[in-house]
Amino acid sequence: MDALLLSRIQFAANISFHILFPTITIALGWVLVYLRLRANRSGDPVWLEVYGFWVKVFALCFGLGVVSGITMSFQFGTNWPGFMETVGNIAGPLLAYEVLTAFFLEAGFLGIMLFGVSRVPRWLHTSATVLVAFGTMLSAFWILVLNSWMHTPAGFEMRDGVAHATDWMAIIFNPSMPYRLVHVLIASGLTVGFLMAGISALRWLWNDRSEAVMRGLRTGVVLAAALIPVQILVGDLHGLNTLEHQPAKVAAMEANWETRGSVPLVLFGLPDEELRTNHYEIAIPSLASLILTHSLDGEVPGLNDFVSADGTVTHPPVAPVFWAFRVMVGVGMLMLLVSWTMSWRLWRRGEPGKVGACVLVGMSLSGWVATLSGWYVTEIGRQPWLVTGVLDTASAVAAHPVPMLAFSLTVYLGMYVVLLAAFIGTLIYLARNASIGGSELHKTAAKGTDRGSTIVAVTNAAGS
Amino acid sequence: MTTAEMASDPLPYVFAGLMAVSVFAYVVLDGFDLGVGLLSRSVTDEERNVLISSIGPFWDANETWLVLAVGLLLVAFPEAHGIVLSALYVPVVIMLLGLTLRGVAFEFRAKVPPARKPLWDGAFFWGSFLTAVSQGYMLGAYVLGFADGIAALGFAVVSAVGVAAAYALIGAAWLIAKTQGELQKKAIAMASKLVLGTAMGLLAVSVVTPIVSERVRTIWFSFPEVILFAPIPIMTVLALWALHVCLKHLKTATTDRYRWLPFSLTVAIFALSFFGLAVSFLPWIVPYQVKIIDAASSRESLKIILAGTLFTLPMIIGYTVLSYRVFRGKAKPLAYS
Repeated sequence: MDALLLSRIQFAANISFHILFPTITIALGWVLVYLRLRANRSGDPVWLEVYGFWVKVFALCFGLGVVSGITMSFQFGTNWPGFMETVGNIAGPLLAYEVLTAFFLEAGFLGIMLFGVSRVPRWLHTSATVLVAFGTMLSAFWILVLNSWMHTPAGFEMRDGVAHATDWMAIIFNPSMPYRLVHVLIASGLTVGFLMAGISALRWLWNDRSEAVMRGLRTGVVLAAALIPVQILVGDLHGLNTLEHQPAKVAAMEANWETRGSVPLVLFGLPDEELRTNHYEIAIPSLASLILTHSLDGEVPGLNDFVSADGTVTHPPVAPVFWAFRVMVGVGMLMLLVSWTMSWRLWRRGEPGKVGACVLVGMSLSGWVATLSGWYVTEIGRQPWLVTGVLDTASAVAAHPVPMLAFSLTVYLGMYVVLLAAFIGTLIYLARNASIGGSELHKTAAKGTDRGSTIVAVTNAAGS
Repeated sequence: MTTAEMASDPLPYVFAGLMAVSVFAYVVLDGFDLGVGLLSRSVTDEERNVLISSIGPFWDANETWLVLAVGLLLVAFPEAHGIVLSALYVPVVIMLLGLTLRGVAFEFRAKVPPARKPLWDGAFFWGSFLTAVSQGYMLGAYVLGFADGIAALGFAVVSAVGVAAAYALIGAAWLIAKTQGELQKKAIAMASKLVLGTAMGLLAVSVVTPIVSERVRTIWFSFPEVILFAPIPIMTVLALWALHVCLKHLKTATTDRYRWLPFSLTVAIFALSFFGLAVSFLPWIVPYQVKIIDAASSRESLKIILAGTLFTLPMIIGYTVLSYRVFRGKAKPLAYS
């Protein structure tokens, strides 16, 4: 193991763990705003009950996102000094704006959102919830601007090996940014939809059939069902954008070796970079051409175009990109099937049914799987570049001694395994606990007259 | 450094100043959070709930100042950032482990089955402990310009203990203001002991730094600079003495009128120590290796960040004040909304 590989594994571990939580909080923040507004408008305590359960999940995810995000922010300096040395003039202001406009906003109002109900007027509590949700989304915006710029850099010039900004609008609205931003935001909505549906289905299976559980279930399923077709469309547009700007990535996604027309869609195959072919290939003729060029005989770039005469490879490793892409698309199709079937069933019968509930429980974390595999497609797909055409990954790494890197990697991995287990365990415990206190909760909520005290009563009961 | 140099190219110094503000804000704000964490083992279970709810609504925003400070170092002084974080690789990893444990403990301890709660209370204490000592260690290593050797290591360890004592002191001072009854009495007793520990830590840094650094010696012990700088240690000693006297009186006090006095005095001690360190190291960003002016990144990028900072900082201060106002008064157990 060398320093480069260890540093890459460490960064991948850090960022993979980190993204799990923002991908929940970004959309869950807005779902909480929705629940809060429904409660404000109807005065119906059941909405507050749903809010009271999910705000806890939000707090837990937010805490995990913050601490893993802090770890992330140190990684640039500790392991990848070449990144800031080369593109710091562009990455620096974007990161600074993220901290200044987004981090402080969300952290500043989180306290009021979580613990302020009985202390502040209702309008201020609702505003705090909106500001936290907005701050979370704003931080996603800035970090995705930077990430997209690393994929499709624009608006800069190189002077003495260092990037200097020439056009900030071009940097911010770089070619892949709008597609990536929308794709990631919708992915967050889908993650939350299936998480809500899955946890509510679990409570339903545990015989908690209260109105609050049913509303959580419906909200989750309908959210997912509404977003998945949009996501498929946006994903397609994002793919076309990638084809234009990062053809090597698309070639790896399709495991297409030669540039040619009428390229088949490979459903299964084992890409072999040595022999530069796929083994055991199962493919549908011309479908890749149709998807990518919207014409049956359209030309699709091949991986062999990215091998220079001296044998230097400038395309990404094929197998991980190929497989991660199939996992993402596969989960997406499953999401479409499950969310639409369950929406229909809930509409017709008003309850999910035992099999349906089990399927939803199984899909609880499907958003994580799709999000992670999507990120692997795009990030591994950018290799060997850290910033496309500007800086390669190997040049940016710090030459730390291997034992030191092994130490830090062990610490991070150990920590993440423990925290992930604790998170999932706590989620299940919260669901169980809320279900046991379910009937009691209704009584407490019904008694409250003032809305502020109702929330406190509801959440105290839910938390006791 | 000359004043002319500063006047002709002020941006790097403006950013060094902004960084100093963020670091100081962090040390005071997360300082009391971490201090409360350090004291969380010395109280009953019931008291621990009050103690943790006194910082529950604030810790996250407080920690953000660290992200801003490191972010400013990263974006404004990339070269220094690389040197500092590479030299401090291991303590940074330990600090991050500590910050993670401490941060998630807030959430987990309130949500796990009762039988598991002690485990996360442990994570809260050990997380605060690891964070405090690793930050103290980093300060010690930084002061000596990342020198090698057993003496440097020894100094870093002393600094680690000193910073932990100082954090525990400001944590106790916070609790004096935010709690009442038995817990408040405990906080006063703990603060009284911690004043001594903090004073010893300050003494160690003040004695060692001039010995190892000729520059610091020149600033602090030559005429006319001594007239300019002598007030700093004198005022620090006075503040420590005032704090000692104040705590002594609080032990038998029947009124809660002076509840914020220990905290204010501790902040003053922090400010004086911080200022003393900062003037000792000007114009270095990495002591004796890299100067502020040489490490700064492109001036165009700095201007853009400065514009954003000047625009957002007043708002950040505004809603920080709002948050402290909303949760003013004695700490009560927190209820989720």
